[in-house]
Amino acid sequence: MSKRTDIVIIGGGPAGMSAAVNAVARGKSVRLLSSEGNNLGRAELVDNYLGFYKLTGAELMQKFSEHTASLGIIHEKGRAANIMPLGDYFMINFAGEIIEAATVVLAIGVAKARAVPGEEQLLGRGISYCATCDGMLYRGKKAIVWGLAPDAAEETNFLGSIGVDVTMVAKGDRPAELNPSIPFISDTVRAVIGDDSVKAVDLGDNALETDGVFILRNAIAPTTLVPGLETENGFIKVNNRMETNIPGLYAAGDCTGSPLQISKAVGEGLIAAQKAAKYIDTTKS
Amino acid sequence: MSTAIIHPNVSEFDELLSGDKPVLVDFWADWCMPCRMLAPIIDQLGDKYAGKATIAKVNVDEQSGLAARYRVQSIPTVMIFNKGELVDTQVGLRSADVYSRVLDSLI
Repeated sequence: MSKRTDIVIIGGGPAGMSAAVNAVARGKSVRLLSSEGNNLGRAELVDNYLGFYKLTGAELMQKFSEHTASLGIIHEKGRAANIMPLGDYFMINFAGEIIEAATVVLAIGVAKARAVPGEEQLLGRGISYCATCDGMLYRGKKAIVWGLAPDAAEETNFLGSIGVDVTMVAKGDRPAELNPSIPFISDTVRAVIGDDSVKAVDLGDNALETDGVFILRNAIAPTTLVPGLETENGFIKVNNRMETNIPGLYAAGDCTGSPLQISKAVGEGLIAAQKAAKYIDTTKS
Repeated sequence: MSTAIIHPNVSEFDELLSGDKPVLVDFWADWCMPCRMLAPIIDQLGDKYAGKATIAKVNVDEQSGLAARYRVQSIPTVMIFNKGELVDTQVGLRSADVYSRVLDSLI
C-alpha cells in the first residue's frame, strides 16, 4: 500500500497553487499535479489582480511558482486520467502511477474539449482516451492517435512499442519526439465513423480505416475524470465551501464557473484547501 | 481482496449466466490502471451482494475468448446479465451506485 497523501491538487494554475500554499500552511501533505501550460500563462496582460498590475500572465505565473517553490511544493507534470472516489479515500491515475489521497482538490480550469461526431457513441467501442490503459487491446491491430495534447507523441510511441500498427494525426508539423517509424498525418479528425465499433476516421477529404482511435486531449471533461461528479452547464457544482457532491472532493477556480478571474480562483483555492484540511481533521478523529 | 468474487473460465461463465441470480462481470487486465482503481468497488459489491448476485471478474488476457465474444474493446468494461440476457454495459470507471442501481432493480 502506497503512502496516502492528505490533499492531492489537480491543476497548476492560480487556484491549484493557492490551494497548495494553503494546504501546506495547515500542515498537510500535498501533491500538486498538473499538465503543461494553462490559460493564465498565455495571457498577454493582467491588470486586475490586486497589487500585481501591468504584468503578463507568464510573469504572474512566475511569481506564483516562486511562492510555491519557496514552500517546497513541487509541480508534478503529467496527466491525471481518472480519479476514483472510494468512500473514505481516493485513487488517482496519474502519469502511470496510482496515487492515494484522503482528499482531492480539482483546479482543472476550463475544458475546451468538444466531442466530434461519433465520439460519444463509439467510446469504449474503439475510441479510448488513454493509450496506456487500452493500448494492449490493439496489439496487432490498426489504431490512430489523434494528438491534441503535448504528450501525444510519447503515448503514440508507447503504442508502437507494444506492437500496435499506429498512425498519429495532429495539426501542424510532425513532432520531433515521434518515433521515425510511425506514420504522421498533419490533419484534424472531423468525425469517427462506425456503427457498433470504429471503422474509420473522417479527415475531411479522406477517410482512414482503423480499428481504434485514441483521442488525447489536454482537457478532460470533469465527469469523465471523476465518476459520479455533478456538474452544471459543464462546470463543477460546488457550494460556498467549495465542496462537490462527493465527500472529500473539492473544486476551485475556473472549473467551478464564472467569473473566470485570477482573484476568484485564488480565493476559491484557499477555501478548498482549508475545508479539505478541516475534513481530514474531523474524519480522522 | 474479497472472497465473494469469482474468476470463471469460459464453461464456468456459461454456467453462471444460466443461473437464476444476476451476474455482474468486470472485464479487466493487470496492466490496466483504471481496472486497478475499480477493483475496490468490485470487491465492495462482492461483499454487499453475497448470496443475492454473482460478482465475477474476467481477465481479458487469460480469457480472451470471453472478451472477444462480448467485443470488449476498452477496459474496465462491466456487464450485468440477468437470466442469461445482457441488461447493462458500463465502459470505464463508474461510481459504485451505478452498478448497485442496476443490480438492485434485478433482485
